[in-house]
Amino acid sequence: MRYLPLTPDDRSQMLAVIGAPDIDALFVDVPAAARLPGPVDLPHVQGELEVERKLAGLARRNRTAGEGPFFCGAGAYRHQVPATADHLIQRSEFLTSYTPYQPEIAQGTLQVLYEFQTQVARLTGMEVANASLYDGSTATAEAVMMAARITRRTRAVLSPGLHPHYAATVRTMAEAAGLAVEALPLAVDGEADVLGALTADTACVVVQTPNLFGTATDVTKIGEAARAAGALMIVVTTEAVSFGLLKSPGSMGADIVAAEGQSIGNGLNYGGPYVGLFAVREKHLRQAPGRLCGETVDAEGRRGFVLTLSTREQHIRRDKATSNICTNSGLCALAFSIHMSLLGETGLRRLAELNHARARQLKAALETVPGVEVLTPRFFNEIAVRLPVNAAELVETLAGNGILAGVPVSRLAPAAGMDNILLLAATETTCDSDIQFLSRAMTKVLAP
Amino acid sequence: MSMLSTGRPTRPETAVGAGDPATLTGARGLLQQEPLIFELGGWDKTGVDLPPVPDGLGADDLGDLVRSEPIGLPGLSEPEAVRHYVRLSQQNHAIDLALYPLGSCTMKHNPRLNEKLARLPGFSDIHPLQPVSTVQGALQLIDELAHWLKTLTGLPAVAMTPKAGAHGELCGILAIQAAHRAKGDAARTTVLVPTSAHGTNPATAAFVGYQVQEIAQTADGRVDLADLEAKLGPHVAAIMVTNPNTCGLFERDIREIARLTHAAGAFFYCDGANFNAIVGRVRPGDLGVDAMHINLHKTFSTPHGGGGPGAGPVVLSQALAPFAPIPYVVHGVDGFELVEADARAFGRMSAFNGQMGMFVRAYAYMLSHGADGLRQVAEDAVLNANYVKARLSTVMTPAFPDGPCMHEALFDDRWLEGTGVTTLDFAKAMIDEGFHPMTMYFPLVVHGAMLIEPTETESKAELDRFCDMVIALAAAARAGDAARFTGAPYHAPRRRLDETQAARRPRLKWTPPAPEAVAAE
Repeated sequence: MRYLPLTPDDRSQMLAVIGAPDIDALFVDVPAAARLPGPVDLPHVQGELEVERKLAGLARRNRTAGEGPFFCGAGAYRHQVPATADHLIQRSEFLTSYTPYQPEIAQGTLQVLYEFQTQVARLTGMEVANASLYDGSTATAEAVMMAARITRRTRAVLSPGLHPHYAATVRTMAEAAGLAVEALPLAVDGEADVLGALTADTACVVVQTPNLFGTATDVTKIGEAARAAGALMIVVTTEAVSFGLLKSPGSMGADIVAAEGQSIGNGLNYGGPYVGLFAVREKHLRQAPGRLCGETVDAEGRRGFVLTLSTREQHIRRDKATSNICTNSGLCALAFSIHMSLLGETGLRRLAELNHARARQLKAALETVPGVEVLTPRFFNEIAVRLPVNAAELVETLAGNGILAGVPVSRLAPAAGMDNILLLAATETTCDSDIQFLSRAMTKVLAP
Repeated sequence: MSMLSTGRPTRPETAVGAGDPATLTGARGLLQQEPLIFELGGWDKTGVDLPPVPDGLGADDLGDLVRSEPIGLPGLSEPEAVRHYVRLSQQNHAIDLALYPLGSCTMKHNPRLNEKLARLPGFSDIHPLQPVSTVQGALQLIDELAHWLKTLTGLPAVAMTPKAGAHGELCGILAIQAAHRAKGDAARTTVLVPTSAHGTNPATAAFVGYQVQEIAQTADGRVDLADLEAKLGPHVAAIMVTNPNTCGLFERDIREIARLTHAAGAFFYCDGANFNAIVGRVRPGDLGVDAMHINLHKTFSTPHGGGGPGAGPVVLSQALAPFAPIPYVVHGVDGFELVEADARAFGRMSAFNGQMGMFVRAYAYMLSHGADGLRQVAEDAVLNANYVKARLSTVMTPAFPDGPCMHEALFDDRWLEGTGVTTLDFAKAMIDEGFHPMTMYFPLVVHGAMLIEPTETESKAELDRFCDMVIALAAAARAGDAARFTGAPYHAPRRRLDETQAARRPRLKWTPPAPEAVAAE
């Protein structure tokens, strides 16, 4: 087997050094009844060629986003990732290193994390960011748990625009921990509705901008009202490119920001791995989950970086830790940071403006389709439309015409009574012809 | 002096200029000192060429939602970016450079075929919410990978979506909680965890609201059955045991542990971090396990990436399977279906379908090895660890000398007594010799613990190189050469770093020096 260096001769020599008659002698502690006599019932060793053939065959059974007009968003977005970013993350020293437990020989990873934290803090307009969490949805759940620890309150209110899968992730974690979660019924433009659900035991309100329906909201007043009631405001963003165009959550008074960073540096990957961005006010730092990288000096006084404030974490605090999280999303954070370094502020702003421009084009084109009503009042790169027909059925029909036309709300929230609402995103990868193709096809399919 | 006719010397001069003068730039030969991107000054620069925004499609429709204040993000041209990150990369140790014997972490070779296949657009460029009719290959891959995981563990179901080991633990404990609730059993408020457990085990149980109670360990490094029996009762929801355990030992009484646990009405959660030791040779289902996460980034070699992303599918027994989280893949009439709503499921672990990129890599790894190769993986991993244990026991003190270890060898620090060298010092001296240190001070039950996991992808020659190095260092420690250790590392990109200062005055992001702040922003 090509990944196993030991030869039969090596194995005999090594057994002799150990003083064991055979390999079975090393498994002597396994109960006899549980020792498998031979390989399990699965195929045997295969060469590169066979494995590549097999998996390429499976890959071919998927319609890729790049094959035709593509408008899916709803928490995962298709952007152009520079070839440089994907090349650099495959450097052996990044790809095949572990958590920087020995900082003297992990300064590469640590400096990247420090740069990443700075980039994320600046993008979100917050004071401090951590070294990443798994993804935006788990970051949101962690934010809710953190708010409960800070306020010592037990209830979370989720806005009508929060992604239903984020709401479900929050509910799963928070309810298991004994918190009450109130998710308000889905609405296109209702982030401020959370204030109507504020009670004396509310730890936090969770708002999303741009929200599931693409609606961008100035949440400043929501945050003020929440804090006046002793609750924190958690601001969620699923499209990180929007930070280049829209007011930052920090400038609108967010106490905690939980965001999905996939859009920058990372492909769609059918939903993972992604990278959760997590940023907080400095005063709440010691309640934050996840790894933090900090600056310090070495024995010769040179600047260096280490993982720090680990007394919050599970390997030190065990059952008193702020979270059970151990790993972060290191390589995805690296991809994010490289792409962001290539963009710079100039590139990010242009990229965000282009996304917005494409969405404006998309909106204008859909408004020409008879029976289609655009619902989103203010948007970044995604809009919701009401169709005269079932959205999931239309998506299926258009998929047959080579168009991936977006995400039906019913896919995310079957019971929301929004069967005719479709979410469509446009990014810099969307071209004029994609939009024309979509609007023509929709016009044709929807014709009475 | 030897020189060419042009005057260029062809042989180094040893008498003159010997010694080790500090360099003028801080660089050391090939190793560069690299500033932060924020110090490289590209405030108006970009390394991405984007078209202009079309006329009439600006952000005027957004009014005061538009971000007007500067963000403060420097940009780098492509060549500058490549240099920056390549220079930084060279300050890292990596499995591709040398043995990386971090116990409990399974740092094995990462095959590049897996990277190539995960980047096929058919896997990397598909959206998690595309119609399922357009992603049948992805669902088939998840289904086949699930089949391999179930077959290798002997358990009937698997939840594929957890994003890392600790996330998998959370998934398993939530399934257990749901199973108790479904029976109307609300009295079970406690989870039992051995003292040698990974920190994630008690953290996970506490995160879900359980009280954590510790189980004692026997002198031979296993769960104390008498203590377990005494602590089991109608208040116990689950036991979380790592097997092989964090001392690198197989829990000989594991079937009795399972029997006692089940007799008390509790579930047996197994931390599968150390599955590499037994894959293909032992099925956890045959041991009585109800739930176990599998770190695809350990046993099945998806790259660790400097700390993630991982992937932690959880295999489940028949009793727990109905409560598995959404979404999951099933065989339907017209192909594979993705179940995204299920009233019995305990909930959802994250927004989408799990770590697809890691699934492709892990499946490629499994297909490459096959059932026979995976069995060989476990055998060679255990052989390598026992070989290291045998060779190093001549100079170090094994924590549990009697009997074989599994995939990792645990030593304590008795052998360093009187040398003035601590476990930490010894580890730092290993860095100077070109190796990554072993796991230190874990598990907590062994004083000054040194946990060495070589994995099966090390050759005998590399193991010998490692053992020779440790033996030579041990001799140096015994010979009173304490300075070699207490000041180490001397030759790494950095000397020892001040972690106390980092924690006392946290600096977690770059801030501009006062005068430059005005210029930059």
